[in-house]
Amino acid sequence: MKITDKFILLFLRLITYAIVLVIGYILFDIIRNGASALNWQFVSNFPRRSGAAGGILPAIVGTLYLVVGTIAVSLPLGIGGAIYLAEYADQGRFNTLIRLAIVTLAGVPSIVFGLFGLGIFVLFCGFGPSILAGSLTLACMILPTIIVASEESLRAVPKGFRDASLALGATKWEMIRTNILPYSMSGMITGSILGIGRAAGETAPILLTVAAFYLPRLPKSVFDQVMALPYHLYILATQHPEAERIRHMQYGTALILLLLVLGLSLGAILIRTHFRKKFRW
Amino acid sequence: MVEQSIYPQDQKMVITTDQVSFFYGLTQALFGISLLIPAQQVTALIGPSGCGKSTFLRCLNRMNDTIPHSRVEGEILINLKDIYAPGTDVVELRKEVGMVFQKSNPFPKSIFDNVAYGPRIHGEKNPKRLAEIVEQSLQQAAIWDEVKDRLQANAMGLSGGQQQRLCIARALAVGPKILLMDEPASALDPKATMRIEDLIGELRTNYTIVIVTHNMQQAARVSDYTAFFYEGRLIECDATTRIFTNPRQKQTEDYITGRFG
Repeated sequence: MKITDKFILLFLRLITYAIVLVIGYILFDIIRNGASALNWQFVSNFPRRSGAAGGILPAIVGTLYLVVGTIAVSLPLGIGGAIYLAEYADQGRFNTLIRLAIVTLAGVPSIVFGLFGLGIFVLFCGFGPSILAGSLTLACMILPTIIVASEESLRAVPKGFRDASLALGATKWEMIRTNILPYSMSGMITGSILGIGRAAGETAPILLTVAAFYLPRLPKSVFDQVMALPYHLYILATQHPEAERIRHMQYGTALILLLLVLGLSLGAILIRTHFRKKFRW
Repeated sequence: MVEQSIYPQDQKMVITTDQVSFFYGLTQALFGISLLIPAQQVTALIGPSGCGKSTFLRCLNRMNDTIPHSRVEGEILINLKDIYAPGTDVVELRKEVGMVFQKSNPFPKSIFDNVAYGPRIHGEKNPKRLAEIVEQSLQQAAIWDEVKDRLQANAMGLSGGQQQRLCIARALAVGPKILLMDEPASALDPKATMRIEDLIGELRTNYTIVIVTHNMQQAARVSDYTAFFYEGRLIECDATTRIFTNPRQKQTEDYITGRFG
């Protein structure tokens, strides 16, 4: 190997290690400082003294509700849109516009989604600050991720399967339902879960649409406000009068949020391996 | 006009095409093809790559419908019905006209589910009846003995030749009268190819077969009639023995003697 090649290899390797190092340090720091706060009371109790003491149960439950709500809204919409784009849409001008809109949507800052949700769902639709409004807002935010991931995995299904189904007399929808969706499901679900993991950790979109500063009780309906982990963390770390003294609470909350997102990613990996084993080609 | 004279007097025709042209957008791929496909005979379509033989084959079950901006002109009658007439049920047409592709394409499901796929989408739910159809189709495709003990195994685990015979069984399970084969053996080794060719010989008693091949020996071995395509035109169609011994057109002779293509 030439000397320049060696140098470039070393350089690239160092960059890669640096990325891992940064992530590793963040994880290490959160675990080191947060682990001491973690116990059963912390995850199962209501907060006291504006969150300075007690647990974070309402924030955990709130984030879980938001995740479920976001999945319920964004998955059918995103997968439906992806099926249209991958299977039905031609390469006309209108569909080019749709694709452009999706790419643009992916680049919109999350606070803009928050304001949009405030305007449309909270005020115009009259849902008020609620789980419903927050889930809809988060769903809008991750729709591009889900559509792009789903469309890619639909397109990855070999043409031979399509040809064979059609030649056997399947209608287009029968072909999609029986011979495209089952094989692309794993890609669609993993892509979507990764998007949802991102939504679970977002603060800006829920700030204006659902998140409560301090609400030590559990929601009764989708029209209730909830606390949420990322927002709670933000409050504890920057807005709380005792912020300096409750570092362990902050780290504990961060750790729980991290575990939740990690759990989602792990779920995605398990689903993918399950489907990979089931449908191999 | 279509020449009837090359066929025996009492030969029944299943497919009649009259002046069929095909366009991919602005590119014309077929120029006025008029061809008769005789019942329960094997008709081979030969010609160099890009001559339009596959395009023509895919017109016969309207598989070209899926290509955007494509267009068919002329008339294709199958059992005296114009298959491009408005209101034609493409599903019914494809039940009647099965297809086997160049690259074997079993679904990543069990062997049983592969063969049962067609009957199921056409509404057959009775498990006993499905099992009958599956066995019968696999037997017809000469693969039953090899797979009868592992019908629930994934079809992707079969060898290339077995996969292709499975695809034939899958096509037969729908109950077609006509079988279109698009270079069904071109991706297979000589032994597997021979098995497919033997199978075609057995199937011709019950089915009308149209096979695209660019292997001339194969056309000579399996077919009763051969149509030679060149640059989107039908140059000549005749009994296979005559095409390969005494072609009427110079282009045909040049092609089969290996001067081009």
